[in-house]
Amino acid sequence: MNVTPELDARFRAIALREGLVDVRYDIVDSPIGGLFVAATDRGLARIHFHPEGQEDELARIFGVRVLRSPLDDVRRELDEYFEGTRTSFDLPLDLRVAPFHADVLRELALVPYGRTETYGALAAKVGRPRAARAVGTVMNRNPIPIVLPCHRIVGANGSLTGYAGGLDVKRRLLELEGATLLF
Amino acid sequence: MMGNVATEPIPPFERFYLAHRDEVLGYLRRLLGRRAEDAWQETFLRALRAYDRLEHGRHLRAWVFMIATNVAMDDLRVKPQIPVNGEPAVELRRDAFRELEHLTGDLPPTERAAVVLRYGYDLPYAQIADALGSSEEAARAAASSGVRRLRRTHERHA
Repeated sequence: MNVTPELDARFRAIALREGLVDVRYDIVDSPIGGLFVAATDRGLARIHFHPEGQEDELARIFGVRVLRSPLDDVRRELDEYFEGTRTSFDLPLDLRVAPFHADVLRELALVPYGRTETYGALAAKVGRPRAARAVGTVMNRNPIPIVLPCHRIVGANGSLTGYAGGLDVKRRLLELEGATLLF
Repeated sequence: MMGNVATEPIPPFERFYLAHRDEVLGYLRRLLGRRAEDAWQETFLRALRAYDRLEHGRHLRAWVFMIATNVAMDDLRVKPQIPVNGEPAVELRRDAFRELEHLTGDLPPTERAAVVLRYGYDLPYAQIADALGSSEEAARAAASSGVRRLRRTHERHA
């Protein structure tokens, strides 16, 4: 006795409307593969390049009432970004990170579309010019990549260094944005 | 070992929902027929409302069957009625249940719930007792009484 798609969709819609969900998520197709996206009532909270098993982390951080449901605004803005028609995101964000991380991510959000910045330069902008390595850690743990553009942060010599989605993805995002790549 | 059981984490609701949504709908269809879909939705909304207050992830299957049973009894406007007749408990074999299954719709609601949970979903009597809000003994009596009634109906039809 299988639940029909209509019955399933109705249940999910009512659960959301009644405010019974701590965090909802969806998988959004993109040219770089399926993206796991999650949002709370406050805003977009997570983007992951590897969808498998992310529900457990959501439950641990935001609460066990985790439900899959369409995130239309997020999907639309990501679609527009990958089509090249959107150069900045308007989505509200739910960032739950330590103060230093929040400072760095706030500066990161200001790095313009199609431009790159070094870890050291970003460290200097938050008043910690010697903290390039710590900034690297913040990039590494960025909860909302793409929207918070850690792909625009590169090594002092312009090398791509690392990326949660893999260096190929970092390169593709920068190429999509028309950035000048030295490597 | 006990420590592991006690701390069994509560899975994300989505996983719980996917694991049980179909069997709960099947159960409610057996109890309520065409009205099962509304009861199914109410069951999972009640589960979701209570989900963040659960203390551990044990027995979630029995828990959702308990909620579904409560919703069904509300819908039928009955309270679980446990037969008290002092007759010895009887059990059915699985294949015997499959022969009688189509007759469960004619059982009184409590017996129907007990029989379906026992033989359709393989729940132990302790968990059926939780679902019916009764003692384990009463749950066994309800299932036994249901089995006897099924057999009588079957013989009449045979």
